Amino acid sequence: MASANSMAAAAWEHFPHDADLGVRGFGETVEAAFENAARALTAAVTEADVVSRETIEVTCDAPDLEYLLVDWLNAVIYEMAVRGMVFGRFSVRIRGSRLTGQLGGEPVDVARHAPACEPKGATYTALRVAQGADGRWSAGCVVDV
Amino acid sequence: MDPTALTRIDDMTWQVEPSGAMRVPAIIYGDEELIRGMDDKVHLQACNVATLPGIVRASYVMPDGHWGYGFPIGGVAAFDPADGGVISAGGVGFDISCGVRTMRTGLSVKDILPVQTSIADSLFTQIPAGVGSTGAITLDAPEMDQMLRGGARWAVDRGWGEARDLPRIEEGGRMPDARPDCVSEQAVKRQRREMGTLGSGNHYLEVQAVAEIFDAAAAAAFGLAEDDVVVTIHCGSRGLGHQIGSEFLKEMALAAPAAGIVLPDRELACAPIRSELGERYLGAMRAAINCALANREILGHIARRVMRHFFPDIDMEVLFDVSHNTCKVEAHVVDGRRRDLFVHRKGATRSLGPGHPSLPPDLRAIGQPVLIGGSMGTGSYIMAGSETSEARAFASACHGAGRAMSRHAALKRWSGRKVVDDLAGQGILIRSPSTRGVAEEAPGAYKDVGRVVAAAEWAGLARRVVRLRPLVCIKG
Repeated sequence: MASANSMAAAAWEHFPHDADLGVRGFGETVEAAFENAARALTAAVTEADVVSRETIEVTCDAPDLEYLLVDWLNAVIYEMAVRGMVFGRFSVRIRGSRLTGQLGGEPVDVARHAPACEPKGATYTALRVAQGADGRWSAGCVVDV
Repeated sequence: MDPTALTRIDDMTWQVEPSGAMRVPAIIYGDEELIRGMDDKVHLQACNVATLPGIVRASYVMPDGHWGYGFPIGGVAAFDPADGGVISAGGVGFDISCGVRTMRTGLSVKDILPVQTSIADSLFTQIPAGVGSTGAITLDAPEMDQMLRGGARWAVDRGWGEARDLPRIEEGGRMPDARPDCVSEQAVKRQRREMGTLGSGNHYLEVQAVAEIFDAAAAAAFGLAEDDVVVTIHCGSRGLGHQIGSEFLKEMALAAPAAGIVLPDRELACAPIRSELGERYLGAMRAAINCALANREILGHIARRVMRHFFPDIDMEVLFDVSHNTCKVEAHVVDGRRRDLFVHRKGATRSLGPGHPSLPPDLRAIGQPVLIGGSMGTGSYIMAGSETSEARAFASACHGAGRAMSRHAALKRWSGRKVVDDLAGQGILIRSPSTRGVAEEAPGAYKDVGRVVAAAEWAGLARRVVRLRPLVCIKG
């Protein structure tokens, strides 16, 4: 396993790819796994704390959970890019093919956040959303940085 | 990758014979050590590309090949629309028309050294780089439309470049048949404030010196002598290209089954060239190519302005500007017959040999400059298209060193601060908003670029002209 947060049961992890970086979230529900995958995405950008000063709402629609994960991460990447923000709080609700998400974050402060990369897009490489035998969900893919 | 699993054609050419759904062989270029160092996934991805409809001759991998998404990075594949050929958003990638531009400065190393630190600081201040940076140019809707149609020519018309640059840019600085109407509102919105920004990751602006000359005649034709200083910019179509890539990848992946296309990997998302979706992607991708050409022209303009501050009489000319993430329609002779093919180059540089009609007259006798980005510490190369480039891989060559390890592994091994200090000790000044980004791009995370370009030369893909060593590197 790559770098991950330090909680006993890791909520997210990074996994290696030759050129880019994989992000994976875990959770008791698929929604929680999606939220944690977005945390892994933010952690690829900054190791600093992100304060939730502003909340943005996004919606995605896709035929299955894997396409939906890519859409979700791409929505986060898009909001980061057009708003010049980083996000630290995520809330996801999935109903059928539709995802509603809330992103809490703040404008990028280059000195404080020292952003390491600017994600270009989520890919279908190593894309997997699955429920393990223990009932826990994982959701991850490679992100082009 | 295990070389014994491949058919060795010669010292630099390795073949995977077609099996299963593969329509053509996969051909990988490189010496035995480079092949051994490639991830097994390169093999798998090259074979997957070989299954796509309408692929012509072979699925190629350049000597810097590494694990990509869908296509390997360093992948080259040509498709014939008359044979059901496809256009693949995955085969072009997210950073559409990412590429390299090199500009001569007329300066020598001895001119730079007394002001090297000030130049590094000034470039770092003036070139918007990294997350959260915005350009000084904000485009409204009509200007965006003009930019997407006009490319570098648009930038020149607006005073962000010089008309004499255009012949030294691929397509004369403007990709024809761009269709801004095929570019989504989201993609446009993502680009509004990103013109003239460098981006992050492996993108950079470097001040470099000619450290070694391999081909004196070609170097002279390119206007390069030992210790000459050049400025090189590596970046692409920024947020606009990324958004177009993401959107069409999904649309093509979902539409593939109905088009009768079996995708061995969703990332190979493609559509028939002769389809509404294929044509729409081509129009959007060409608009993104123009965005990249305009962006590099503007960055070149900013670099000129900074350098002029230190050297008021400086005259910076574009040596060449070439992309390495594209799909272009090109005439190639296959089995004695001229065919118009859609050549995908994903992390591969076009490498037109001597005499090619699309080269500007003053470069035609030598061949196209092929600009190879190395790593921050080891240097870069300028190569030239060879007589054999066409037959070897549809006139293509490598594009860089290629990563030897993941960003994650690099982060574990190096501290960004130490990388910056070590390189400063070698006379290379790094400026970046992120020390972590520097660690991820540490020179040791890349393959030996010297070995890659030597292999490219021995494989007949391009020939070495000069090696460049960095003096200043601005990283996003």
